[in-house]
Amino acid sequence: MKISVQEAPFDAGAEIAGFGAGRADIGAVVTFTGLVRDDTGALEALELEHYPGMTERAIAKIAEEAMARWALADCLVIHRYGRLAVGEAIMMVATAARHRVAAFEAAEFLMDYLKSRAPFWKKEHGPGGETGWVAAKDADEAALKRW
Amino acid sequence: MVEVVYFAWVRERIGLPRERVETGAATVAGLVAELAAREPRYAAAFADLNALRVALDQELADFDAPLAGVREVAFFPPMTGG
Repeated sequence: MKISVQEAPFDAGAEIAGFGAGRADIGAVVTFTGLVRDDTGALEALELEHYPGMTERAIAKIAEEAMARWALADCLVIHRYGRLAVGEAIMMVATAARHRVAAFEAAEFLMDYLKSRAPFWKKEHGPGGETGWVAAKDADEAALKRW
Repeated sequence: MVEVVYFAWVRERIGLPRERVETGAATVAGLVAELAAREPRYAAAFADLNALRVALDQELADFDAPLAGVREVAFFPPMTGG
């Protein structure tokens, strides 16, 4: 299991290439990468604030639950903070399991929980400066109920 | 004494990232009432508890949770990770 909370960019390709390497019991690897998206044409960057210490603990707890519940062979979570321009990768998750259903479900579980239970907050920046904090969505909180 | 930590717009409204607070409050709600009574900027930050979350020693908690033995209390808006 690897968890990294970092300001620096990551190389998703390199992470995937090394993920689960050398194990014979992995039949499925699912990866997800989240990018900074501009819905309005007015976003330049997101500034991600987090709670050092709690962030790592919260992600580890979520990842350990996924490992146990889907009997994963391995699990990876990388989440960035700081200022990220539109198009940059914010975070990625990867899950490795014997079969694809477990790998897909565990990846969705991780994403749903990271959305609402990992202590990050996003401030939007446009061409004229900061434009406000991204509000949490009711749909993201509701998504936890299916697990 | 507890260390009180603020994030995102809570930090901006109060104007501080963290502070040491002398409190006799038994619960988080008691501490919130003490802080909100200090100054308008605190009152503004704590005006709507439905818009706030709290963590005690870096674990999510409820506003009726006891403060006994707690070293760090964090207040922040609902989280937006991912």
